[in-house]
Amino acid sequence: MSHDSHEEIHVTPYSTYVIILSILLVLTAITVGVILLDLGVFSVTVALVVATIKAALVLLYFMHLKFDNKLFISLVAIVFAIYTTVIAITFIDYLAR
Amino acid sequence: MSDHSASPAHAHVHRDDTGSKLGMWFFIFTEILLFGALFIVYSVYRFKNQDAFHAAALNLDTVIGTINTVILLVSSATIAMAISALQQKNKRLAIILMIATLALAGGFLVNKYFEWGAKFHHGLYPGAEHLVSLGPGQNQFFFLYFFMTGLHAFHVIVGMGFIIFVMRQVMRDQLTFDNYTRLENAGLYWHLVDLIWIYLFPLFYLIH
Repeated sequence: MSHDSHEEIHVTPYSTYVIILSILLVLTAITVGVILLDLGVFSVTVALVVATIKAALVLLYFMHLKFDNKLFISLVAIVFAIYTTVIAITFIDYLAR
Repeated sequence: MSDHSASPAHAHVHRDDTGSKLGMWFFIFTEILLFGALFIVYSVYRFKNQDAFHAAALNLDTVIGTINTVILLVSSATIAMAISALQQKNKRLAIILMIATLALAGGFLVNKYFEWGAKFHHGLYPGAEHLVSLGPGQNQFFFLYFFMTGLHAFHVIVGMGFIIFVMRQVMRDQLTFDNYTRLENAGLYWHLVDLIWIYLFPLFYLIH
């Protein structure tokens, strides 16, 4: 067969996806619940932290970064580092005006 | 894409799965930076018009936003499972899961249609007299709301097209258990659509 030059194939079991989906739905419920509690300034922080946890789960499991060639996760890390730097520079500018 | 060698019977298949996926990731990076720039615009406008953004966000329907979040999360799981199904030679289940993903995507767009329709009905669209009377801050909020959720909805439509494209190839056995990278790439695109919504949802619907 044609897999000689292939890395070994990782088949993610359905149960993994069901578990990750459940966690994502619970996290969604948490963000919506936190808004009802009305934590004021903290609600922004909580919403963004939860969103980032959800994004990480989607990237690692749904987008297979955890199991794929390490090249992909390294590139994603670089892109996010660049993006975070741009956000930081923008806000240093606006906060310092 | 003149790939006529999809049959697993071929001993030497000339294709580069890692390269193909790498190309998809590079495209996804451009998408992340496109939406990323818009998120920065949103943050800066919000920082400068905190009260107006707070007041404007109260007009958004958290219930529809939450339902659409659940729809996209479930559809992300179904397209991911479709890949596992194809890898395990379960072509029928893979197709069923892709159809489920498409149905969920359709549901998302229907909700979006009613949500936008309600905004137009209430005069909350750029240029509407009512919205103009609310001042520049709220106008910025609704401009960004329509632009960002509209661009996202456009990605939902493109994603559906991509999934239909690979679904037909799975049906014709052009994509199989040992040649599924194109399905994976369609999945990656669909997860990107989900990823963007994961941030759009709290920023527009939740942060009051």
